[in-house]
Amino acid sequence: MSAVFEEKIHQTLADPKLQLAIFAATGRLMEKRRKAVNAEVCPDFQELRTQAHEVKRHTIDHLDYYLDLFERNVIAHGGKVVFCKSATEVADFVLGLAKERQAHLIVKSKSMTTEEVDLNERLEHHQLQSVETDLGEYLIQLAHERPYHIVAPALHKTKEQVADLLTERLGVPRETIIEKQTMIARAVLREKFLAADIGISGANFLVADSGAIVLVENEGNARLTTSAPKVHIAIAGIEKMIPRAQDLAVFLKVLGRSATGQPLTVYTSFLSGPRRADEIDGPDEFYVVLLDNGRTKVLADRDKRESLYCIRCGACLNHCPVYRKIGGHSFPWVYSGPIGAILTPQFLGVNHEPGLPFASSLCGACAEVCPVKIDIPKILLELRSEVKKAEEREGTSRLERLAFRVWAWVMRHPRLYEMAGMAAAYLAPSTDGGGWVRRAPSGIRVAPLDAWLSQRDLPSAPAKSFRQLWRERR
Amino acid sequence: MSREHVLHKVRTALGRSAGQPVEDPPPVRLNVPQASVEARIAVFCERVEALAGKTHRASSLDDARAYVESALAGRKSVASNAPVLRECGITALAGVESGITDALELRTLCASAACGITGADYALADTGTVVILASPQEARLISLLPPVHIAIVERERLLTGLDELLAILPHPAEQTSSMVLITGPSRTADIEQILVRGVHGPGEIHVVVV
Repeated sequence: MSAVFEEKIHQTLADPKLQLAIFAATGRLMEKRRKAVNAEVCPDFQELRTQAHEVKRHTIDHLDYYLDLFERNVIAHGGKVVFCKSATEVADFVLGLAKERQAHLIVKSKSMTTEEVDLNERLEHHQLQSVETDLGEYLIQLAHERPYHIVAPALHKTKEQVADLLTERLGVPRETIIEKQTMIARAVLREKFLAADIGISGANFLVADSGAIVLVENEGNARLTTSAPKVHIAIAGIEKMIPRAQDLAVFLKVLGRSATGQPLTVYTSFLSGPRRADEIDGPDEFYVVLLDNGRTKVLADRDKRESLYCIRCGACLNHCPVYRKIGGHSFPWVYSGPIGAILTPQFLGVNHEPGLPFASSLCGACAEVCPVKIDIPKILLELRSEVKKAEEREGTSRLERLAFRVWAWVMRHPRLYEMAGMAAAYLAPSTDGGGWVRRAPSGIRVAPLDAWLSQRDLPSAPAKSFRQLWRERR
Repeated sequence: MSREHVLHKVRTALGRSAGQPVEDPPPVRLNVPQASVEARIAVFCERVEALAGKTHRASSLDDARAYVESALAGRKSVASNAPVLRECGITALAGVESGITDALELRTLCASAACGITGADYALADTGTVVILASPQEARLISLLPPVHIAIVERERLLTGLDELLAILPHPAEQTSSMVLITGPSRTADIEQILVRGVHGPGEIHVVVV
């Protein structure tokens, strides 16, 4: 585990307000989901998950075909498709188009893909103003932070912090009533929508048989972003594909219910191409940027390919006991929680943060709630094994290997095991008031054992071992 | 740009060659239940109201107009070019602008209007959803910019749900550049998960079933 990762985790754990905020917010989201997927209100939810998984598997296994079909249909409706292999290419495309159209202001609706490629920073670097319009995302942008959660980006901010932020950045009088804070943001952003030259959105789904993108949201900012400016650019990873518009009957249901417990979100937009000749309003130009940025690397790995089925609902974050303690900003990349723990090593390499696949209790809650049935624990195990192989290649794990060899030897010899157990019980009296062993006993305080215990508390040793009790009671 | 590069990498990763045929995808899963028009209307109104929307079951076209008239209370409004609005006499109400075909003019009006009035191509009973396809009759911004949205739904347009919509409209892109499903008023819970309505879109929605 890197020092940065560890430090961020400890910072989060040491902040009681933040702990409460994460715990409460994820708890509420879990409750909303639970109510929306129970058998009474959604009797076929499990079948919908199975269908979603099967459709995603088929699509990802034939992605080349569907990318081609999607592109042809976008063109047929007057739009353009731009394939980009990296973050730089996305920024270059947007910058180039903005220059040609003499654009100065961009409005954006929430998109994890644009977070992934740091689009706002790259555009601002070239004096192009790019304004986030989802309320949470707007606050995050004002605070120069990264989203805390895939679905609820400002989950960690209290209304007092929001009040300070709005006063500091917008110069408005301090306001702590949430309704009024929301209306302040609405007024500022309304002006931006009406003045913007380009609107940039993500895409929840790319529909191959229609050449359409689908956006789900509750606020209306994605509709404004894609309706008001003259140019609409949708930026999406190539894996967001589904074959048919009719598949939405499955995907919209599992997405809304898993993310926020809604049967359908307030707005679902199905957009294909620019405004048609006889339509009254809408953009004159429509572009879809299809991004690789590491996805083809994941695609090549048959065992872990299913990581690309993800529809970004955030349910695995809410249900993860680790995310609920260490929060979104401890994670080393924009994707947090269990899905982040499997995407980050695959996109950026296992060495980016070797501790990440190990920051899990493998409890399986993520796989249980995943709407497309990604086997996240299985992939975490495979990534752990990759981290270990990498360490072995670099010779960083010699001490650990020695320790495990000793361990294995002791485990193969019952008498030795028993003696070791007795020795440990004798040596480990240093429990705290609650009866937990938190530190290595003074006699054997060696660095590796201390490090191991820094992440774990052990129950105090019982008076008699299981073996002793067994012999006595037989 | 990188079209060939990306497609080549995808094919290599999958072990496929260009133009290689594709097996059939899993069959589409659509479940369309049977429900009488009356039952659909009842469920629809219940769902819209559960989302804090207002509903009115109009006994006649005149009744629909009367409801809209009292909801508007003379405020400045924009109506779409949907025939049903004219038939109800809504376009003739005081303060209501309609018949607009110019994008810029429409946008300016919508930005300052108190209410936007539209028809509905379909409505979905089991989620309380209004479906609008952009067309010469329906613009995108009327249901979006004004703080109040009033939708007039003809009862025969009321479907059971999303599955039925996609069964009768398997290829929405053949008809429109924009199909939007509207389920209740605009909302956010981005600050401390407290629900606030009307953050960007209309905070108030009325649905009149005629």
